[in-house]
Amino acid sequence: MSDAFAWLYSDVVKDHFMNPKNVSSPGDSFEADATGMVGNVKCGDQMMFLIKVKDDIIVDVRWKTYGCASAIASTSMLSEVIKGLHIRDAYNIKPEDIAKRLGGLPDNKIHCSVLGDKALRAAIDDYLAKTGREGLYRNEGARIICSCLNISDRDIEDAVKHGARDWASLQERTKIGTVCGGCKADAEVLLHEYVHIFGDE
Amino acid sequence: MPDKNVYLDYNATTPLRPEVAEAMKLDLDVYANASSMHEAGRRARARVEEARAQVAALVGIHSDPERIIFTSGGSESNNTVFAIMFHLGRKSGRKGIVTTAIEHPCVLNAALWLKEEGFPVTFLGVDEYGMVNMDEFRSAVGQDTLLVSVMAANNEIGTIQDIAAMAEYAHAQGAYFHTDATQAVGKIDVDVLAWKVDYLTMSCHKLYGPKGVGALYLKKGAPLEPLIRGGHQEHGFRAGTYNNIGILGFGIAARLARSELVLYGTRMLQLRSKLRDGIIATIPKVRVNGHPSNVLPNTLNVSFPGAEGEAILLYLDLAGIRVSTGSACASGSLDPSHVLMATGVGPELAHGSIRFSLGRDTTEADIDYVLDVLPKAIARLRSMSTIEA
Repeated sequence: MSDAFAWLYSDVVKDHFMNPKNVSSPGDSFEADATGMVGNVKCGDQMMFLIKVKDDIIVDVRWKTYGCASAIASTSMLSEVIKGLHIRDAYNIKPEDIAKRLGGLPDNKIHCSVLGDKALRAAIDDYLAKTGREGLYRNEGARIICSCLNISDRDIEDAVKHGARDWASLQERTKIGTVCGGCKADAEVLLHEYVHIFGDE
Repeated sequence: MPDKNVYLDYNATTPLRPEVAEAMKLDLDVYANASSMHEAGRRARARVEEARAQVAALVGIHSDPERIIFTSGGSESNNTVFAIMFHLGRKSGRKGIVTTAIEHPCVLNAALWLKEEGFPVTFLGVDEYGMVNMDEFRSAVGQDTLLVSVMAANNEIGTIQDIAAMAEYAHAQGAYFHTDATQAVGKIDVDVLAWKVDYLTMSCHKLYGPKGVGALYLKKGAPLEPLIRGGHQEHGFRAGTYNNIGILGFGIAARLARSELVLYGTRMLQLRSKLRDGIIATIPKVRVNGHPSNVLPNTLNVSFPGAEGEAILLYLDLAGIRVSTGSACASGSLDPSHVLMATGVGPELAHGSIRFSLGRDTTEADIDYVLDVLPKAIARLRSMSTIEA
């Protein structure tokens, strides 16, 4: 890449950064039906998503972040895209779709845009739990990582949410990589990513 | 305001001074190999030696400019010292390396290289102001210590160490003392004879000279081993054809920096105080990092809890203000500034830190402009933050 920072200065990203849409502001009387919060200050980014849902359609949304420019821009874009969507469709939006709408993000910034997506999913999970449908979409769009044992990225995410922090504790929870072990490299990348997003120590 | 350009990142690098650029242009025809015996070569060599004397004078050497070796920059000078110690330690068996946790990455990584090679390496901690703890220092440096390397002034927070005291103690233990003075030279009075260091690193592009040139001071009798082997330039200690124009530029930049040092210091301190006081007066809950008085006159590092550093940087950049941040997001790694973390400020303050490094071209109007834009940026980011300021 000739200019690693060029993307930051595209008109779309700049506008979403300078004038982020649907940001929760201090005096806002937004009454959320569900809330999702991911990330932590130790890692330098945290994201909160608030959604208002009617007949499983996201009718309005607010978000807040302690995060960098790309987290702000991509979450602003995401918040626009999901309005009017069925929670299931919103749940399955991929960070890459948002990155594409922003004109592409460099590899080292994809991580930052994932945060908004994870916070949204956490909010939808919260909504599903509140409406008696806990974990309904959990395996949708999941990508199989360990084909020997049929373990997906969502399983790894869940394991991290429940305390797995390294390869040993991930294996203990999921048995991942205990047959051929060929998935270890891929799984460790995800593990690292999820520990960053969901870990809190 | 699209044309606004308030450059406050002088610790990253400085622009070429017009006087230096002009002199370099006039000397563009000094092309001959300064090692050649013929007239053109000798003329080039004379100019290189003139520059050497000017650079030497900047660090307090007036009679023996040969103590200065030209290199490609600070990183090479630092690496050269660690390479010397590698050879020395292998021969003598005395291998202890003592440095600090807040060094520039080129010293940290050179020290880690020696650690991998089996040298015991200690990274000293610092207090909340970034000062090396002298008790910790004294217990770490002993009869098995080969080299102590402590930066003279920190690039991120500007804290200035008591180099003379540390060098004296290291010498009493029989250790060599190196200081990376890349950020100090040209900003504060640097006197290698008063400091009594064995090695001192300098870089030219931090003092309004060209990039790609630096120097290493070595005390008479201090061991030296080439990092770059080849021809007999620099008495065989640093091979490679002389970078005539760069070295001439270094000389002029050094001469100007020396003659203006007091004026520079006074002006920078005045602007820095204005910026610091203005930030404290207009933005609640900020923390000024670094030492309150032992600090580079041009460097101000401030943490803004509740606002993330890269977002602040971009907000300022879009308004034409160029700064740097200790945030992890800007560095491409997941870890915030190792310097701020070493001072114990904690990750939130480190992620939300901004370094303003002022320079010769900075004006009162520039500071006023920053004090107009910055409070809005912080208020904006804090209003949408998940974290209370």
